[in-house]
Amino acid sequence: MTTAVATPTSAETAATRPRKRVRRPLTLRRLILSLAAYIIAIIFLLPYVEMVITALRPPAELQERGYLPKHWDWSNFKSIWDTGFGTNLKVSLEIAGGATLLVLIVALPAAYYTARRKFRLRLLFLVLVLATQMFQPAAMLVGIQRQFTSYGLSPTWSLILVNAGFNLAFAVWILNAYFSSIPSELEEAAMVDGTSRVGALSRITLPLALPGIVTALIFTFIAAWNEFIVALTLSGNPANAPLTVAINNYVGQYSVDWGHLFAGSVIATIPVIILFAVIEGKVVGGLTAGSIK
Amino acid sequence: MSETVAQTRPEEVQPPKRRDRRRSLYSRRVSRAMSPLLWIGPAIALIGVVVLWPVFVMFKTSFQRFTANGFYLGPAGWRNFKDLFNEPDLPSILIRTVVWVVVVVSVTMVISLGLAELFNQRFPGRRVARWALIAPWAASVLMTAFIFRWALDPQYGVVNVFLHDIGVLDSFGSNQADWLGRPDAAFVWMMIVAIFVSLPFSTYALLAGLQTIPHELYEAARVDGATTWRMYRTITLPLLRPAFLVALLINVINVFNSFPIIWGMTRGGPGYETATTTVFMFQLKQAFIGESAAMSVINFGLVILVVLLFLKVTRWKDQVT
Repeated sequence: MTTAVATPTSAETAATRPRKRVRRPLTLRRLILSLAAYIIAIIFLLPYVEMVITALRPPAELQERGYLPKHWDWSNFKSIWDTGFGTNLKVSLEIAGGATLLVLIVALPAAYYTARRKFRLRLLFLVLVLATQMFQPAAMLVGIQRQFTSYGLSPTWSLILVNAGFNLAFAVWILNAYFSSIPSELEEAAMVDGTSRVGALSRITLPLALPGIVTALIFTFIAAWNEFIVALTLSGNPANAPLTVAINNYVGQYSVDWGHLFAGSVIATIPVIILFAVIEGKVVGGLTAGSIK
Repeated sequence: MSETVAQTRPEEVQPPKRRDRRRSLYSRRVSRAMSPLLWIGPAIALIGVVVLWPVFVMFKTSFQRFTANGFYLGPAGWRNFKDLFNEPDLPSILIRTVVWVVVVVSVTMVISLGLAELFNQRFPGRRVARWALIAPWAASVLMTAFIFRWALDPQYGVVNVFLHDIGVLDSFGSNQADWLGRPDAAFVWMMIVAIFVSLPFSTYALLAGLQTIPHELYEAARVDGATTWRMYRTITLPLLRPAFLVALLINVINVFNSFPIIWGMTRGGPGYETATTTVFMFQLKQAFIGESAAMSVINFGLVILVVLLFLKVTRWKDQVT
C-alpha cells in the first residue's frame, strides 16, 4: 500500500495527485462524515441564500414573514441602475483594475530579481515585504487620510495607490516563491541557444510562472474590490464611490433600502465568484505561500 | 557554454589603460549597486509612500491639534493622548477589544481544526462541499454583516421568524427580538459573524497544513496499534503547529483590525457600547482627528507586536535566505 502511493511533497501535489486507492465501500462512518460535511456546507451558504432571496423579494413583500417570497421579482435588479449603481460599479472596476495593474508592474520585477540574485539589500527588502504583509490600512487610517487628502489626488487614484500598496507585499511574496521554484538553468539554456535575457524571460520564465502571476493578481483584484474602510474614508462624492461604499449608502439614518442593498451585493459578488473559480485549488497554497514551509 | 566563455574572456583579460580601468571599475561598482534598485526600487517606493509614510503622518498627527473639520491649529504635545486616556468609555472599549480578539480567534481556531479534519476525509462531493466553505471569504465582509443585520431585524428578520416558529420568541418587535438594540446581545452576534467569516481562511490554511503530513507516519503508528485519538495528538497536532500558528496570528491581525462587521451591524453604537478600538478610532475621526490619531498609534503598536511575533513564528531567517 505504501509503495503504491508516492509521498506528497506539498499541498499542491497532494491536491492534484491521482487517486490510486481502491474506492472504499460506503460505511456508516463515511455516511455520517459526508452528512456532517454537507450540513456544514449548507450552513455556510445559508446567509448568502438569504441575500439572494431578499434581493428577489418584491418590495411590497419585504414586510412579510415567510421564509420565501410569494412571488419572485427582478425589479430590484432593474431599478438599482437608476440609483447610480452603474457608476459605482465602474469606479470599483477602475480601482481594482488599476491597483492590480500597478501591482503587476511593480511586483513582477522585484519578485524576479530577489528570486534570482543575491544582493546587499535583499534581506532588508524581504523582511520589509514579510512585515508589511501584516499591515492593514485600518491601523493607520488617520495617516492615510491626512496624507492622501493633502496630495489632492482624485479619490479613485488615491484608492488605486492605497490598494496597490497594501497588496504589494503579498504579491511579491508569492511571485518570489514561484520564480524561485523555476530553475535558472532553464533561462541560461535558452540564452546559450541565442535568446536574449528578455527573450528568455518572456518565453520561458513568465509562462512557467503564469499560474502564480494569475493567483497574485486575482487576490489583489478581489481585495481591492471588497475593500471598505479606506474607500469609506477617501471617497468624497457618493455618486463616484466604489461598490462597498455604495452598498453602505443604502443604509439610511432611519430606514434601510434592503432590496437594493442586497441586489447590489449579489451583482458585486458575481465577478468575485468567477475569479475564485479561476484560481480554485490555489486559494490556500497562495495565501500561505512562504508562511508554511 | 564553454565556447561563449572562451569568446568573452580575451576582451576582459586584456588590461586596459590604468585610468580606464579605474573608471570602469568605479562605474561597474555603481551600476552593481544601482541595478537592484532598478528592479526593486518601484516596490520599495510604493511600500514607502503608501504603507510606511502614513505611519509617520499618523504619529505626527497624534501630536497636533485640529478643529472638528480638520483645520490645523498647532502642536498639541501629549494632549491628544491625555484626552484619549481620559475618555470615560476607553476602559470598557479596551476590555471589549480583548474579549473580541480572544473569543473570536480562539473559537475560530478550535472550530477550524475540526472542520479541516472533516474536510480532509474522503467522501463523495467533497469538492463541492469545500467550495461552499469559501463563500464567506469571497463575499465582502460588509455584505455578510448586512445580511445578519437584516436577518436579526426585530420585526421581519428571518432569525426572529425562525425563533418564533420554534417557540423561543414570544412576539416580534419586542425587546427580546431586538438583538442589535441590546449592546450585549449585539456584541455576541457580531462575534458570531466574525467567527463565521474567519473560518474559511483558517480551515483552508489548516487543510494545507494537514496535506503536508506524510501518510506513512499514520500507517506506521497504526501498525504499532495506536488509536485514532492518540495519532491525532502525537502526529497531527505537533506537525500542524506551524500552519496553526501562522493562521492564528493572521487571524489576530484580521480580527483586531476588523471594522466592517461592527460598522455594518451597529455602527459601534449605541454610543460606543459595541465599539472595539478600531471602530472607536473611526468614530473619533469624525470630529477629533488628533485624538483619533492617538488611538491609531496605540492600535498600531499592538499590530507591530503581533507582526514581531509573526516574524518569529515563521522563522523569517529561514524564509529569506
